[in-house]
Amino acid sequence: MVRESGNEAQRPFWSGRPVIDCDLHNEVPSLEVLRPYLADHWCDYIEESAFRGPDADDYPKGAPTTIRPGLEWEGEVEGQLALMRRQVLDPLQVEFGVLDCAYRVQGVHDPELAGALASAINRWQAEHWLDRDPRLRASIVAPTQSPVLAAREIDRWGADARFVQAVMPVRSLIPYGNRIYDPIYEAAARHDLVVGIQFGGSPGHPPTPSGWLSTYLEEYAAMAQVFQSQVTSLIVEGVFDRFPDLRVSLIEAGCTWMPSLMWRLDKEWRGLRRDIPWVKRPPSDYIRRHIRLTLQPVDAPPSGKQLLEVIGQLDSDEMLMFATDHPHWHFDRLEEAFPAGLSDSLARRVLADNARSFYRL
Amino acid sequence: MATAATTRQASTGGKKSRLEVIDCDIHNIIPSNETLYKYLPERWRRHHQQFGLRGHLGGYYPRALMNAARHDAWPPSGLPAGSDLEFMREQLLDAYDIRYGILNCLYGAGGQLNLEYGAALARATNDWQIAEWLEPEPRLRASIIVPYEDGDLAAEEIDRVGDHPGFVQVLLLVRTNEPLGRPKYRKIYRAALRHNLPVGIHFGGAGAGPITGAGWPSHYIEDHGGMPQAFQAQVISLVCEGVFEQLPSLKVALIEGGFAWMAPLMWRLDHGWRKLSEEIPALRLPPSTTIRKHFWFTTQPMEEPPQPRYFRQLLEQLDADDRMMFATDYPHWDFDSPESAVPSGLSRELRKKIMSENARSLYGLD
Repeated sequence: MVRESGNEAQRPFWSGRPVIDCDLHNEVPSLEVLRPYLADHWCDYIEESAFRGPDADDYPKGAPTTIRPGLEWEGEVEGQLALMRRQVLDPLQVEFGVLDCAYRVQGVHDPELAGALASAINRWQAEHWLDRDPRLRASIVAPTQSPVLAAREIDRWGADARFVQAVMPVRSLIPYGNRIYDPIYEAAARHDLVVGIQFGGSPGHPPTPSGWLSTYLEEYAAMAQVFQSQVTSLIVEGVFDRFPDLRVSLIEAGCTWMPSLMWRLDKEWRGLRRDIPWVKRPPSDYIRRHIRLTLQPVDAPPSGKQLLEVIGQLDSDEMLMFATDHPHWHFDRLEEAFPAGLSDSLARRVLADNARSFYRL
Repeated sequence: MATAATTRQASTGGKKSRLEVIDCDIHNIIPSNETLYKYLPERWRRHHQQFGLRGHLGGYYPRALMNAARHDAWPPSGLPAGSDLEFMREQLLDAYDIRYGILNCLYGAGGQLNLEYGAALARATNDWQIAEWLEPEPRLRASIIVPYEDGDLAAEEIDRVGDHPGFVQVLLLVRTNEPLGRPKYRKIYRAALRHNLPVGIHFGGAGAGPITGAGWPSHYIEDHGGMPQAFQAQVISLVCEGVFEQLPSLKVALIEGGFAWMAPLMWRLDHGWRKLSEEIPALRLPPSTTIRKHFWFTTQPMEEPPQPRYFRQLLEQLDADDRMMFATDYPHWDFDSPESAVPSGLSRELRKKIMSENARSLYGLD
């Protein structure tokens, strides 16, 4: 499946191949832009309480991973979109780009306010992003800490084909395999939507099983483990048995850790499957069937050979989906956004085919 | 005893040079409060009787088997699994001809919310280990139990028993209240270094929050399978907080944490470190360099990729031929046998390192 091929290096990876970018960030520049979509009650509440937005800081404003150094960050939509077009959509001739808005309504304790903000964001996404560029697709922002309200929000947009997934932050109050989230999965199933799990979130408890980390670097690195916990939960707590058609994307999770998790979960399952009799097949089988990973950040080993080994260890050519994670900084030149040395057929799958079938594009 | 040894000989086909075995993770269990009372002073004995253990509640998942022990590890004496030295000799040390075994007692001294009480329990546990395990059995070594949430009390206990030849490591559990790179734990590492001891971090414990960064899961398999995530967080913290740049001779053994996740973690940390270097300018070395120098691993539960070649790739990526150490985890249900746990296809030289040499050198055994 993974093969070195001779003349691969000569031409850029996107040349002659369709490209779908599964992780582009559209940032809500400030609460101001949401006001037109909020009821008077919430506008007054925000004014009087001086609420400035969710208590979250997944992407510190000036951190290089948030926005590559030297880029002019133009906060308004026109500026963001112009940058996205100039740096990704146009040069890669992107066929579809999936927006993953990371505004953390899930960190707002008041579920009604969280729901109102989510609705406002989705209307803003539709009017200011989707209406402006036909290549764009978007993710429904929903108050997933309150699954019934989240399902209502998903239903609101389910008929708009430009929304291709519902997005939830990887850091949840309780893991996503728990049955309390079933209304969300039912709604996703009703509208044949992907559920995306994305880097970040601020549920209020520590980001690790051993407390709060001192620096952003540590929290950034540790986010991969939270993804590992969510994958474990989704399988072990039976979500894919209750929703056999559910598709879950892991967004900005890194991907090289996945083979080691598959091996570990399969071993845990062999030892403890008696406790979870509804899980009939090895966890790695559920992972390959239901879960996809966006490509950047790759967290690649220093050697290209080892990266190909790890991609091979997934034992699937369907799991990776290309993404630039724009405007976050993971590579310096576009040419570096994609691993060298994949066979042409695997490269095509990763660049577009996998996302096309997963997102039904 | 003789029967087990004979069976073993037969199963290895009578080859003349069997590899020596050092088992880096054996659990000795305090059988009862009566045993504990022999080693606790009156003040804490009373406290123990009146109030008992108090740790972080709410994180209990019933384990697959009672005490997480193998069915066959319950001794005929009626004592709990892991608490009967005679039976441990027969079932483990003699049966597999183990040269040295490292005891990691998991009695909950370190997780006590009352830190003074935790310190008293740690002292009692260590004195019990000396009297009832190390003195009667020359093949055993032990880890020093410490009240690790208080650096001063922990250092005091390390200084008290650290020069006893039977103790070869200071033991922490992977789920601590704060990540182990935080300054409050630094005194423990300094004390360990004073006595030339490595620090072991073992599966288990109960931190101040849920077992996952995404909240409390529902099943034991998520608690058990979540521990590797806790280990990863501790590696991140120890490396990024500059502990090893400050204490360059510190060595850390990750016990029962798995190891397949380590290479991808090194890559992710190196990537983040390059991009976010401005946040921690004092961290001069790439995290992967620090990890290769300072972290050891025990093998149990052995990683089991579906293809033998994936295991070889994994070892090559990990670059830890000198830092991987065999362990059985006796008497727990997920025991790895010295005869069959290490995958075939490794060179004899590497097997030898894993089965004994790496542990011999880390723990200073002869």
